[in-house]
Amino acid sequence: MIEEKDVEHIAMLADIGITKEELPGFTGQFNEILDYFDILDQVEGTGSFEHERANVFREDEIEPSLPQDDVLANTRDAEDGFFRAPRVM
Amino acid sequence: MSDTTATQPANIGIATEDEVIIGLEIHCQLDTTTKLFCGCSTDYRDDPPNTHVCPVCLGLPGSLPRVNRKAVEYALRVGKALNCEIATEAEFSRKNYFYPDLDKGFQITQYDKPIAVKGYLDIEGDEGEKRVRITRVHMEEDPGRLVHKGGTDRPKYTLVDYNRAGIPLIEIVTEPDLRSPKEARKFLNKLRATLEYLGVFDSEKEGSLRVDANISIQPKGWFEREGRGKADRGRVEIKNISSYKGVEKALTFEITRQKNLIRRGQKLETATRHFVEGRGVTTSSRSKEMEQDYRYFPEPDLRPVRVRDWAAEIALPELPDARRARFMEQYGCSPNHARTLTGELRLAEFYEKVADIDTMLAATWIADTLLGELNYRDLSIVVVPPEQFREVLILLKEGSITDKSGVEVLRVLLDQLKETGACEGPRVCVDRLGLGVIVAAPTLSGEDPVVKAAKEAIAEQPQAVADYRAGRKEALNFLVGQVMKKTRGCAKPADVNTILTDLLEEG
Amino acid sequence: MPAVTFSPDDRYNAFITTLDQAETGPGRLSGIAVAVKDNISTRGIRTTCASRILDGYIPPYDAHVVTLLRQEGAAIVGKTNMDEFGMGTTTENSAYGPTLNPSDPSRVPGGSSGGSAAAVASGMVRMALGTDTGGSIRCPASFCGIVGLKPTYGRVSRYGLIAYANSLEQIGPMAQNVEDVSLLMEVLSTHDPRDSTSISCPYRHTPDPTVTGLKIGVPEEFFGEGVDPRVAAVVWEAISRLEGEGAEIVTCRMPSMVFALAAYYVTCTSEASSNLARFDGVRYGPPADTKRPWHESFQERRREGFGTEVRRRIMLGTFALSSGYYGKYYAKAQAARQQVRNDFVRLFRTVDVIAGPTMPTVAFRLGEKTDPLSMYLSDILTVPANLAGVPAISVPCGTSEGLPVGLQVMGQWFRDEKVIDVAAAYEQGVSA
Ligand SMILES: [Zn+2]
Repeated sequence: MIEEKDVEHIAMLADIGITKEELPGFTGQFNEILDYFDILDQVEGTGSFEHERANVFREDEIEPSLPQDDVLANTRDAEDGFFRAPRVM
Repeated sequence: MSDTTATQPANIGIATEDEVIIGLEIHCQLDTTTKLFCGCSTDYRDDPPNTHVCPVCLGLPGSLPRVNRKAVEYALRVGKALNCEIATEAEFSRKNYFYPDLDKGFQITQYDKPIAVKGYLDIEGDEGEKRVRITRVHMEEDPGRLVHKGGTDRPKYTLVDYNRAGIPLIEIVTEPDLRSPKEARKFLNKLRATLEYLGVFDSEKEGSLRVDANISIQPKGWFEREGRGKADRGRVEIKNISSYKGVEKALTFEITRQKNLIRRGQKLETATRHFVEGRGVTTSSRSKEMEQDYRYFPEPDLRPVRVRDWAAEIALPELPDARRARFMEQYGCSPNHARTLTGELRLAEFYEKVADIDTMLAATWIADTLLGELNYRDLSIVVVPPEQFREVLILLKEGSITDKSGVEVLRVLLDQLKETGACEGPRVCVDRLGLGVIVAAPTLSGEDPVVKAAKEAIAEQPQAVADYRAGRKEALNFLVGQVMKKTRGCAKPADVNTILTDLLEEG
Repeated sequence: MPAVTFSPDDRYNAFITTLDQAETGPGRLSGIAVAVKDNISTRGIRTTCASRILDGYIPPYDAHVVTLLRQEGAAIVGKTNMDEFGMGTTTENSAYGPTLNPSDPSRVPGGSSGGSAAAVASGMVRMALGTDTGGSIRCPASFCGIVGLKPTYGRVSRYGLIAYANSLEQIGPMAQNVEDVSLLMEVLSTHDPRDSTSISCPYRHTPDPTVTGLKIGVPEEFFGEGVDPRVAAVVWEAISRLEGEGAEIVTCRMPSMVFALAAYYVTCTSEASSNLARFDGVRYGPPADTKRPWHESFQERRREGFGTEVRRRIMLGTFALSSGYYGKYYAKAQAARQQVRNDFVRLFRTVDVIAGPTMPTVAFRLGEKTDPLSMYLSDILTVPANLAGVPAISVPCGTSEGLPVGLQVMGQWFRDEKVIDVAAAYEQGVSA
């Protein structure tokens, strides 16, 4: 059983903004869904999904990069060739 | 404050029953031609921002990573050279966290299946030969580069350049086997040399090596008994050290800080601190960082790496220890010279380019003189043209210049190299500055410059002359020094000796 | 360059973007109007994933499949509506409004490739590309009464497909008939070294509608609880028809079906929680607010940019991967996935293909499903093929309550040709 504060914690981990009004709804749905997921407790082992193929490599050869104009074409926030992002410090 | 602290010695050094425990995590950029997961060139350092990027390393929706075979090979070389077990199956995982330097919102790295584990590297430790255990070696991608902007008057923001994003890194994690900042530096030097010998790393490139260090001070022997993870006193992780010198500085600072806390009986918290290179101090991370939960899981866009057989086929080049032994055997280098000369790949290569002139002379002049002069000028051996240095050695060997003039010539040439990147020929330099050896005439003719200088010295130093004549032979050394000064070091000390003795006997 | 003029009456809201003049050229698809789902990158044409968070994003590159379409002369006439990032079963979760089902506009077309299905079913285009993570091609094919193939995992390059759940999804063809699906599959299926999960096994095939001697496995679980008996009856009749054509019907069991849906939702939400982290407004999409601190701005961006279902799945996946829960959810889901694959391996020792309904019901009414879990449960019959990576097709097999019902045929790995043949046999048997 998870509670609203758990959902708030998950939202913080996921960096998904969540409003107080949304909490009860998400909490109820998560409990219903996680109850359903409990069926997985009956699966034996935790073996990972096995891959038949391995060692898919490319050679160390240069391929063209994008022109800077194309790189910055999708942002409205470029400055001297850099992307602009919110402050982190 | 507890009673025990009061009984501890009051000196600043740690109590003799304490020891320093250091472990390192080293990130090195692998010197491939292209990035780890795309074909963008890694040669970005002199180029404008965001010009070495493509849909993959820009994290554009829909793009997919592809593993660079060379990067895997380089990582295998490192694993083997560090005496590691190569994984039967290695795997890339996603490390999820949000930061603007991450183009995809996660970093592709290796988590529970690193490419190599359980190795070691032997170093010259504080108490002789020492084996430092390597926990693991794993591959990952470098994030982009952030530039923090803004002043007090306007809102701050961040500029992002993804040219560095996707450069292949290896992370090498040691066990906490190092016991002093000096040992940590020696380990790093040896590791750097090893990586360079392997041809997988270029330490000349700015920011190609970054270190995080774990450090704690524990009662002696406690760590061996209790082990990691049960730190009796808190353990500090210092992040973000980006120079070789910085590692020793940061650790030394941190030891002093921790010692002071212990002395005052304060509790050391396990914490993360940042090294501020410019000030040489570590500072507490500003906010209590949110407990990180990276939610690792296998990268679904890549396939596992099964490379044990491949690793077995990879032949390693000669590594520093082997080269050191060879230098002693092949060239007759002293153990100290051999260690110094092989401590850096380019130095060893430089030595081998000039050793044919005279192995001992070359070793002495490189290890004892050239290195010091380079260090003083903050230059690397790569700036010195071997053919010019060969000529200096030839001048010395044929006796055309004295040792003292040799040093003078080197200094002049290095200054020129630092200024302009080029230098005149050593012979030209010697002629220009009149540094050629002064050959004394066989007679004590007053025309001879050495004899003239000797006569002046005798005239000017009656006390020394009297001392010599009274049987105090060391007075002669003083007079030799005076003559050398007068001839600007260009006379041969042996000549000066003979001339002075003759003149003094005569008179 | 010749062009195809495209000015459809898009009364079902099948398209997010249309191009009134679409270039065409010589090739196997010359002059054919093809619609592309809007989670597939098209150079110079906005690609939205039906999400506000990609508002204004114009890819600087083509997905591999788009390159292939262009090479074969196809006229890419538009980008189709979908559930945001592929997360849904109805095409109601779109920032551009729901798509309607052409066979009954009060019903959903299914999802998440509902726009592609509606565009084909209404005759606006002859062919379309869909993507199928847990049934997103087959479900709308079934609900709209068209043919849709989810290829074997690795047979079609995902390069340029905006990832929802990388380990599960494939791009696949949708069309009015099996022949067109087969033709489009021929174009799509070439090896692409840019996708490390792409496998060199090109599809070169002309449908062969004979099923004589073919063994068709029918798992009991595909007719179990939750499957509308009327739908079950229609599908059984279709299977019997194949028996009439000379196939042998073998009833069998697929015990891993108990875990399949949970394994699917844990896996896809986990992968999605990571895939969708890149939409931070720095490099593309509506810009992040650079006056505020990073995390604040990022949270705001994601709260505004993603719809409720997307946020719900990101949170579920974050939880499933978080410290202390990884073992209970993600790791167990992978073990369950292995069991699903083992079930297919076992069944394919004795049968050639496996058949059953594509969906447990006919198309829902718009707005009918509001509870997330009950929506998820409707994917139960389609997710096993994605978990195992096997090919699966949905072919129309009649109606229930006047609405289309789909027959699902699943085949062995890299035997996409066989499921095409069985579908072709059914299709021709019906029309004969
Ligand atoms: Zn790139």
